[in-house]
Amino acid sequence: MPSGVAALTFWIIVLVVGVATIAFKASGPVLLGGRPLGPRVQSIVDLLAPVMLAALVVTQALGGDNEISLDARIPGVAAAVVAIWRGAPIIVTMVIAGLVTALVRAAGA
Amino acid sequence: MRAALPLAPSPILFGLSFGVLAKTAGMSLGAAVVMSATTFAGASQFAAVSVIDAGGTVLAAVAAAIFLNARYMAISITVASIFPGGKLRRLVESQTIVDESWALAGRGGRFERPILVGSGIVFFILWVASTAAGTFVGDLLEDPDALGLDAAFAALFLAILVPYLKNRRAIQAALLAGAITLALTPVSPAGVPIVAAAGACLLGLRR
Repeated sequence: MPSGVAALTFWIIVLVVGVATIAFKASGPVLLGGRPLGPRVQSIVDLLAPVMLAALVVTQALGGDNEISLDARIPGVAAAVVAIWRGAPIIVTMVIAGLVTALVRAAGA
Repeated sequence: MRAALPLAPSPILFGLSFGVLAKTAGMSLGAAVVMSATTFAGASQFAAVSVIDAGGTVLAAVAAAIFLNARYMAISITVASIFPGGKLRRLVESQTIVDESWALAGRGGRFERPILVGSGIVFFILWVASTAAGTFVGDLLEDPDALGLDAAFAALFLAILVPYLKNRRAIQAALLAGAITLALTPVSPAGVPIVAAAGACLLGLRR
């Protein structure tokens, strides 16, 4: 747990991400006034969310300290895959993943 | 505003989770609440804070969040014509756009401003309040990893990802992004693999 992260670090993130997101949300109604994005830009923007989320899944499930680490998170995420496949709500999926990983850790694996 | 009720548990539970994550990553109550009130877009907030939690740089955290939220450009364009009034009013009202309010507003086949703005305001209040509550829960957690919180957040990102995988191109781009992240993680500083993976969206240029 990086307790040494400076408060300023977070405030910079809050400021920059906040301003950018406010601008994104306002861009259609305020700036573009209803004009659509070009088809090429649109097809790139459409892929940004799935691409970033896939990267986050990999980092959060397998990422370690500058290495790929296969640990108790794997059974947790595997349980989440089953939960999603069975149509479980997101929060149930999260609880299942957390529980499985916690149990595996408690068992000392 | 009543249209928001069936979806109300979602901002409450995610807000709580975000507060917990923010606190365990070392973020203050004030910063977490201000982020929820200004950014007001769940996944990107989780992304930015988890990059820092993993030891990544400010630049990587900001880039990951901004790439995730770029979709709001496209989303806001789909509802651009329903906002009345001057630029300032449109700027303020457009901040009620979140995935959930947008989805609710478009249920009837065309976008309805009262539903978008009304449900957006409800989600906003719940999101900010539960973020604050979550930071107090985060304070109580001695060892979040013992509770499997890291796996729970991986599951969260996965659950948000799956609905996006509705065509071949999105699946290919997501797989490529995962592969880039996997390949770069052992050889680059924390946070960099996520940002580099954004390059996978260029698959959108292929015919």
